[in-house]
Amino acid sequence: MNATQIMFWFLSVLALASALMVLLSKNPVHSVLWLIAVFFAISGHYILLNAQFLAIVNIIVYAGAIMVLFLFVIMLMNLNKETEPQKNIWMQLIGAVSGGCLLMILVSLVRQATEIRAKEALMKTGNIGLISNLGKVLFNDYVVPFEISSVLFLSAMVGAVVIGKKD
Amino acid sequence: MPIQYYIILSLALFCIGIVGVLTRRNAIIIFMCVELMLNAVNLLLVAFSKMHYGLAHVSNTATTTGSEAQLFVFFIMVVAAAEVSVGLAIIVMMYRNVHSVDVNFLNRLKN
Repeated sequence: MNATQIMFWFLSVLALASALMVLLSKNPVHSVLWLIAVFFAISGHYILLNAQFLAIVNIIVYAGAIMVLFLFVIMLMNLNKETEPQKNIWMQLIGAVSGGCLLMILVSLVRQATEIRAKEALMKTGNIGLISNLGKVLFNDYVVPFEISSVLFLSAMVGAVVIGKKD
Repeated sequence: MPIQYYIILSLALFCIGIVGVLTRRNAIIIFMCVELMLNAVNLLLVAFSKMHYGLAHVSNTATTTGSEAQLFVFFIMVVAAAEVSVGLAIIVMMYRNVHSVDVNFLNRLKN
């Protein structure tokens, strides 16, 4: 087992354990902190796959901007363990069982699929994830979606201000 | 690494997100689980992009196959950022009106 495989398993276990802790922790602030750990683990996966641009964007946008926004809203509302609403135990059990059934079905489907067998994701090499190649593709072939996404951001900004306005 | 490992990891993260949406009642936690599901899909897209790049790389070393998938991940992140800003504004408005983030208070359309 070489270093890449050790890193893959470590990051996978970190991502799954942190994702479980997002669900299990009663305090919403702790959930946000565990979700930031998930995002860092996924960024580590991107670095292992040599998608360096996406790794940095994932850290900046998700762990940096979106999660700080979540944390800010939670602290604004003064949520904590005492005000956390609880579903009854049967509803939680039914939700967990149905999610587990979906996971079992999908995993058995993946294990049976023949056309993805013996195919490898290329690790650590390949320059498609570097910012020069992605910038060329983005500004040559995907200029129109890029500009549309800027309009989307503007409308989201206006919408957030209008919805959040007091009256 | 074999692509099946990445698929199973992404499926596990996605199903953890689904279980979170089904079992929690706090609207903010539900929203965070939706973000978790989006990230599972992003990870799968990047893994598939590297798989197709590795297959095309054998015959042509200067290929850029697979960069579209990474750009799709970029656009998913853009849309998720816009979605979070509007969604959190809606949750703040709901908290201001009913003084709770419990989604079970939002069943008034039922009657």
